[in-house]
Amino acid sequence: MTKIAAITFLFLAGAAGLHAARVSDVSSTDWTGQAARFLSLRDPAVRYAAGGAVLMGVCCGVLGGFVVVRKMALMGDTLSHAVLPGVALGFLWNLSKDPVAVFIGATAAGLLGTSLVRAITHTTRLKEDAALGLVLASFFALGACLVTMIQRLPTGNKSGVDKFLFGQAAAITAGDIGLMLAVTALVLGLVFLFYKELLVVSFDGGFARASGLPVVWLDRGLMLLLAFSVVIALQAVGAVLVSAMLITPAAAAYLLTDRLHRLLALAAAFGVAAGVVGAFFSFLGHNLPTGPLMVIGASTVFTGAFLLGPRHGVIARWWRRRDRAARTRRENTLKSLYRVCEEREFAGEGVSLTELARLRRETIEDAQRLGDELARHGLATRTDGMIYFTPSGRQRAAEIVRNHRLWELYLTNSANIAADHVHEDAEKIEHVLGEEVVRELERRLNYAERDPHGRHIPSVADIHRSAGLSGEARPR
Amino acid sequence: MENFIPPFDFHRVIVAPWTTDFALFGWIVLMGFLVGAACGLVGNYLLLRRLALMGDAVSHSVLPGLVIAFLLSHSRGTGPMFLGALAAGVLATLIIEFIHTRTRVKQDAAIGIAFSTLFAIGVLLTAIYTSQVDLDAECVLYGEISFVPLEPAARFAGFTLGPASVLRMGGVFLGVALLAVVFYKELLVSAFDAGLARSMGVNPAVMHFGLMAVLSIVVVSAFEAVGAILVIAMLILPGATTSLLTKRLPLIHAGAILHAALSAVLGLHLGIWLECSLAPAMVVAGAGLFTLAWIVSPEEGLIVRWRRRAPAGPAALSAR
Repeated sequence: MTKIAAITFLFLAGAAGLHAARVSDVSSTDWTGQAARFLSLRDPAVRYAAGGAVLMGVCCGVLGGFVVVRKMALMGDTLSHAVLPGVALGFLWNLSKDPVAVFIGATAAGLLGTSLVRAITHTTRLKEDAALGLVLASFFALGACLVTMIQRLPTGNKSGVDKFLFGQAAAITAGDIGLMLAVTALVLGLVFLFYKELLVVSFDGGFARASGLPVVWLDRGLMLLLAFSVVIALQAVGAVLVSAMLITPAAAAYLLTDRLHRLLALAAAFGVAAGVVGAFFSFLGHNLPTGPLMVIGASTVFTGAFLLGPRHGVIARWWRRRDRAARTRRENTLKSLYRVCEEREFAGEGVSLTELARLRRETIEDAQRLGDELARHGLATRTDGMIYFTPSGRQRAAEIVRNHRLWELYLTNSANIAADHVHEDAEKIEHVLGEEVVRELERRLNYAERDPHGRHIPSVADIHRSAGLSGEARPR
Repeated sequence: MENFIPPFDFHRVIVAPWTTDFALFGWIVLMGFLVGAACGLVGNYLLLRRLALMGDAVSHSVLPGLVIAFLLSHSRGTGPMFLGALAAGVLATLIIEFIHTRTRVKQDAAIGIAFSTLFAIGVLLTAIYTSQVDLDAECVLYGEISFVPLEPAARFAGFTLGPASVLRMGGVFLGVALLAVVFYKELLVSAFDAGLARSMGVNPAVMHFGLMAVLSIVVVSAFEAVGAILVIAMLILPGATTSLLTKRLPLIHAGAILHAALSAVLGLHLGIWLECSLAPAMVVAGAGLFTLAWIVSPEEGLIVRWRRRAPAGPAALSAR
């Protein structure tokens, strides 16, 4: 994170001092030319827009991490709408866009809004959701009144106050960048210094209070930083959508990692990516509002994480489920083979496909497919019409059968379930019982040899012997 | 600064809207009242069920549906507009459910992601197709209640009735009021005690989806007048204000309608005086009424609380 900030600082330091031309002054209609101009960062205005997007992304991403893990998403939404009257009052200060006046006004309004939410929920019967929605819309209405009043003034329409609603990264100036840089440095510094405290407060408030942390002050400090980052993001994203920049990149990061520090770093990176992509497309497409473009960028990142995340992603989970289903299917085939062998008391090698198909009540083609699958995983070998266990296949088959029968016995003996009701449950559990649980079950059942249906339960010795024997007696 | 706050001219601000300019402002006040009243009645149930922010989610997410319906049908007819909004609303609900159930992202963040994405798409479409869509950013944000009287009047059997959107909103209000009366008991019971409701043969899921359907009809009809964000205030403020003053649901309903009327009238005068957009002014007036109720409420008002706390010491603690 600090590396990103440092790099940003370096390339912005080079840009500072140059007189800014607005991106909107530039009117080239050539797409590729525009793209090249954005990517080369030759224009100071482009540099300000990109730099602003980067700083916004870092700030919102890092603080958004706390918003998401603390379930404060709707508070962030309220905060972002509540800053509007403050923005308008900041404009009124001297009827122009003075970054510091806007910053102070917006922060004050945002904090007033969030404290009003707290005051309403504490002093009345109204619930938090009502208080949040009420403050959000009322403050926004007040801001809308003030903004339309400003636009009525002779200088009002040129002041650019409307750019604070849906964002326009091209309107970012050197002064804005200075302020954004200062706020980003403050946010990163404070989060770094109080990382451990914030971590504890976010995940275990009770423990934090018990260990004497100033929970109330940490919460207030976090809210203040949140207000700061919303306010510096206003210029780029706009008051209406800035909450999305707090929520979406951090939620995407939350899908990818369990560690808070990685989550914060990833969220910052996603925020930067969304911001820069938004600024880029806004530059290409004749100054479309940047806010919606950045939000769509962030949502794309979220969709990517949602689909492709290695652990929580939809595709990964689908793959794992498929994998598990395939393993269960293979183990069921092994079990069927074992049962066929058992029925003829392990005389002879190999099981014919017709026998397997008959036991499983399937077609020969299905049995063939199952046999091929076993062969691919090294659990069996196939010759024409016959299936032979490999040593590992035979061992696994005996284990599954043992798991099944042990569990049936356990349920009938210890849980007093009728013997004809235990099969379904054992069908599921046989695939997931681990060695240690099996040992424990065997011990509790006194190393019983017969299951409730009177069939033999393979013991450890049986399993090892069978693996070894069939290895020696394997055909070819 | 003297330009910013215009001088208070009694005749211009208070008298003219009700006399010489009544043809213009009469429809605006009526529209403001109808929106506030219909939203207020639905909002009362949202408040009871702690679903206040569903209004937020629905109002934001219908925007892309409205814009796409405009683009496809080239008209602002009620049918396509409503279908588009409904489709977008359903899509938003599905996305929220999908994110919330399939990942470990919590519901609040899922709501935030879904409606901000859909809203962003809607805003972008309005910005790209400004010339073809009869919606602009101003309308989305502040509503265009001032344009209501300029609409071509609807005629029925030779009589000139009034602007179509006002009539539509009036119909929606009457429909909502009728539903609230007919299903009074079912709504009441299912809001407070789902178990009891089920034992009385009321299916809570049906009630929930019915409420959501009515909510989206109200939000879509109010969209042009008050936009996507102010409608949240219209939903929550009436009920929140009156529930500070009384606990009985019929009185809360009546109070919500009164609140809608008062904030429409006061907001009109405020907006005319300050020469600002009228829909936000009505919400500001409504918020002012809420603040008043919060201060003077007989049971949990700030004055009462302050008085109770005034005799310092242990007595104050035991009084709470």
